[in-house]
Amino acid sequence: MKIAVCIKQVPARDWRPRLNEARTWIREADATYEMNEPDAYALEESLRLKETHGGEVAVCSAGPARVSHVLREALARGADRAIHVEDEALGSADGFAVADALAGVMKDEQFDLILTGLQSDDQGLAQTGVVLAERLGLPHATIIMEVQVGDPAGSGDARLRVKRELEGGWFQWVAMPLPAVLTIQSGINQLRYATLKGIMAAKKKDIRRATAPPGAAPLQKIVSLYVPEKTKKTEMISGSPAEAAKELVRKLREEARVI
Amino acid sequence: MILVIAEQRGGTLNRTTWETIAAAQQIAAGRPITIVLPGASVGTAARELATAAVAEVLTVESPALEPYTPDGYTAALQSAIEQLSPSLVLLPHTYQTRDFAPKLAARLNRPIITDVIAFKTTGGQSTFARPVFQGKLTAEVAPQGPAPHFVTVQVGAFRPDQAERGATPAPVRALPVNVEAGAIRQKPEAPFQQAKQAVDLSQAARIVSVGRGIKEQANIAVAQALADALGAELAASRPICDSGWLPMERQVGSSGQTVAPKLYLALGISGAIQHLVGMKGAHTIVAINKDPDAPIFEVADYGIVGDLFELVPALVKALKDS
Repeated sequence: MKIAVCIKQVPARDWRPRLNEARTWIREADATYEMNEPDAYALEESLRLKETHGGEVAVCSAGPARVSHVLREALARGADRAIHVEDEALGSADGFAVADALAGVMKDEQFDLILTGLQSDDQGLAQTGVVLAERLGLPHATIIMEVQVGDPAGSGDARLRVKRELEGGWFQWVAMPLPAVLTIQSGINQLRYATLKGIMAAKKKDIRRATAPPGAAPLQKIVSLYVPEKTKKTEMISGSPAEAAKELVRKLREEARVI
Repeated sequence: MILVIAEQRGGTLNRTTWETIAAAQQIAAGRPITIVLPGASVGTAARELATAAVAEVLTVESPALEPYTPDGYTAALQSAIEQLSPSLVLLPHTYQTRDFAPKLAARLNRPIITDVIAFKTTGGQSTFARPVFQGKLTAEVAPQGPAPHFVTVQVGAFRPDQAERGATPAPVRALPVNVEAGAIRQKPEAPFQQAKQAVDLSQAARIVSVGRGIKEQANIAVAQALADALGAELAASRPICDSGWLPMERQVGSSGQTVAPKLYLALGISGAIQHLVGMKGAHTIVAINKDPDAPIFEVADYGIVGDLFELVPALVKALKDS
């Protein structure tokens, strides 16, 4: 099975936001970056599918030059090759621009299955995978917690059966033909980490670089970016741990009356 | 005209649909609002929607729309939108909307701004606020290009009881659409719950909830000791349950349980929006986090910036001493 997994590089979780002068985007040069967490789960799922069904895993990313770090990391974890659509503007682009950039390099590859994370930890648009499916003319399902590929009827046509997460602890199985696009939920599997052997092997693996297609005009624009306003007046309690603890207990008992 | 796409399951409307109607009424500024309700047989729910102060309610009915599939909904709603030519399309930001709305917007090549918490209109142009970078920042976003512009409204961002009701019911009519059942590629099975929910966190009076700040599974005991001292249930944010440190049934947030206890004590939880939607209805929220900029402090009544491994034992002691 020929599997593609689309990953994004996002600011690390402990990054403290700093804005550019126009306050329309972050200061990218100040951020430290890591693989988007839901994409890491999508990568792991694609490696497991390859281990079960054979084939290859190609990891794809659309973003600035810095993205090659997470592509190399994915190769070290076991992906076979990488495709990098390189363009500095893709770092802050919306889901349509990213999906169009990915679709441009993926459409001639004839992948059987395309996985990606359900959303990114930066803009959190939760659109790219679904838009990519539409651009490639493929069926899709989102927020997936289990992937089965099989041919139960013995018809020679492998089919996909996936477990979608619904809200409030509900799930649903959905069947569809291959090829297809799935957006993967965090926690679908246990992540593996790169071994030294994997890191060495990754150095010899191919990262194909492609240029982004001449993009259509962006469909959304961030006009300002700011630290959210507080919705509540938070009373901050300071002091040593013992003092703060004592004061909190007093407040919960006497002011809030919840204990 | 502003279009609201309502969501029903088994003929029952969800709460977020009413929140979205409230948002539409606030943004409309005199423009008429039309509600579209897709499904197979949705007459009763449509009459319920007609109690809202809106211009009309349109049912978009086809046997091919039950059960829900993204292919079916995209085809039906594409047809509805082409017939109605709205300037703005509002949808509740539910898992179902996330599944089909980006496809619908992509097919029509129109912007979709997701997870919106507020809007601002100046000179006839609206911008929409949405959380980004895990809630650390808010982005104000302007849709570009021709209408319609799609906007999905975050769960809990508007209040359902703010949805204005009409003096008389709005007219309900059927909007004919043609959905070809054979073109739907997804074949859904019946929804199910993984396991009987042994823990009903929604009934808990007090909850101690842990996030990534707990660092490792062995440290869950630290939080458990505090829960015991408070007579509280133990809960967690998604990453903790993903790691298997606590069972999934103890997860609070959009994919887990929604809770509204008297006391919600968040230990080492940063406060990503997926978690906040599950707990911001709590009466009193306490946040303990080492990061003073953690978004959890935006919803907290009391906050302590510090090391939870020092503070939690001190809290247990203070509870026992007093």
